[in-house]
Amino acid sequence: MSDHEYTPKSKFGKWFNDRLPLLTLASHLTDYPTPKNLNYWWTFGGILTFCLITQIVTGLVLAMHYIAHADMAFDSVEHIMRDVNYGWLIRYIHANGASMFFLAVYIHIFRSLFYGSYKSPREVIWIIGIIIYLLMMAAAFLGYVLPWGQMSFWGATVITNLFSAIPLVGEGIVTWLWGGYSVDNPTLTRFFTLHYLIPFLILGLVVLHIWALHVPGNNNPVGIDIKKPSKDTVPFHPYIVIKDGFALLMFMIVFAFFVFYTPNILGHADNYIEANPLVTPAHIVPEWYLLPFYAILRSVPDKLLGVVAMLSAILILAALPWLDTSKIRSAVFRPLYRQFYWILVADVLILGYVGAMPAEGLYLLVARVATAYYFLHFLVVLPILGYKEKTLPVPLSITEPVLGGSPNLALAKNKEKLEVK
Amino acid sequence: MSEKKTKRRDFLFTATYAVGAVGAAAVVWPMIDQMNPDASVKALASTEVDISSMNPGKTITVLWRGKPVFIRRRTQEEIAEAKAVNLNDLKHPEKDEDRAKNPEWLVMLGVCTHLGCVPLDQKGDYNGWFCPCHGSHYDISGRIRKGPAPTNMEIPEYKFVNNNTIKIG
Repeated sequence: MSDHEYTPKSKFGKWFNDRLPLLTLASHLTDYPTPKNLNYWWTFGGILTFCLITQIVTGLVLAMHYIAHADMAFDSVEHIMRDVNYGWLIRYIHANGASMFFLAVYIHIFRSLFYGSYKSPREVIWIIGIIIYLLMMAAAFLGYVLPWGQMSFWGATVITNLFSAIPLVGEGIVTWLWGGYSVDNPTLTRFFTLHYLIPFLILGLVVLHIWALHVPGNNNPVGIDIKKPSKDTVPFHPYIVIKDGFALLMFMIVFAFFVFYTPNILGHADNYIEANPLVTPAHIVPEWYLLPFYAILRSVPDKLLGVVAMLSAILILAALPWLDTSKIRSAVFRPLYRQFYWILVADVLILGYVGAMPAEGLYLLVARVATAYYFLHFLVVLPILGYKEKTLPVPLSITEPVLGGSPNLALAKNKEKLEVK
Repeated sequence: MSEKKTKRRDFLFTATYAVGAVGAAAVVWPMIDQMNPDASVKALASTEVDISSMNPGKTITVLWRGKPVFIRRRTQEEIAEAKAVNLNDLKHPEKDEDRAKNPEWLVMLGVCTHLGCVPLDQKGDYNGWFCPCHGSHYDISGRIRKGPAPTNMEIPEYKFVNNNTIKIG
């Protein structure tokens, strides 16, 4: 993997490395040449790794006190909150950690969208990322069911019922998922098992995600291919380690704010009422990070098509490297794409907002327009833009615009002219 | 190498794959089927309900197989209203007579056919039920009239054991 051969200094190190080249791997990771113009939007990979580890560690501890049984789950969560030493802290970190995880992953995804990181030769990194994102949503949903509150129960009912939209076998699949004729104890125990399993699947995929990243190397804000190692790169350690570490500290401040000052603001009060199969809460809303997709589901008046639209909204991302026909990666050099990018960001935020509102009247209308635009962006705007857009000239190296004072070559040249005058 | 020997080997490969596939399926099926409803869940398949104290216009909700069942003793006006509906106006055309054997008693699964929420009683645009989750409106016969639900609320198997008791399931 590394461009240079590594030889450990100590005799023991050499002996060990000849048998298991862990030190070669460590050397590759520390020396890994990284573009020197990476901005703070590139620090979210490290932040996400931190989020995953946090969820695994706090989850492991919670599992020591939680009881996965329909009659006891709700009480065992309250037992964690009131009786277990620091149980409140661990549970609040885990619950808010899920939200922080999604916050970071959305920034990470939209960074890719802006700088074209999903384009050749990084399609496989991108697709692995989408699979991780899907697994994250599954883990978040399963985890939300475990406290066995009203939102847990009815969220589980609504989401599992999505499968009943499948023609012919749908009802059978739902019964199979439930292990009964409604969401009940068998559902809870299997959800707990799967919730425990998924983080480790994600961990494995993260290794593949990083491995695939280390083959072509990082994309960068200018979006050009660079020589590695060269004047355009710096070693991962200490440069990126320090930068990632600083960003992580900033992120942890936000994280800690939620945990210590508003630990329940991202949840729903209804989930502090024990699950009751006879009463549906007046207003069922998923967690904030699923709202845009929920809005898409509700905006389609047909059950099967609604489910299809919601799934397509996620899966369409996997096809993005081929839907975006532009050869230029970074939006910095794509004046039109840059505008459509921000419209998409606004569109997703609007979908998230209407997803939290009742599905009627003006909200429904807005949700429908925003849903249509979401698909339009990926299926029409991006393919056409690659052919029609007049892109700006791209610099030949990272150093060039940096020395010119702007990542934009044209601007840099202009500036030089002005200076000459 | 004679041609015959190669063929013999091909046969062995194919046979091995086939036996392997059957073996794998035989192991996978128990792993899948264990998630289906077990014997103890299936054993709780029927419920008897005492309806002697119900007056016209009253709805009760009982639990059957973990799901709510609505039992409504309908008023004469409601029965008339349910029967007067033109079948062409319905998304899922069903006569009221087919849904309520005894028109005074409507017995149905209180589960929205959209995504499984419990609809609210005497709400919505059609004087029947309204699902708060995604806005499906049902009429006084439990038929879908407006909203995303694809079908009418389901009628479970039930019978009148005597004048005061309904057995569901």
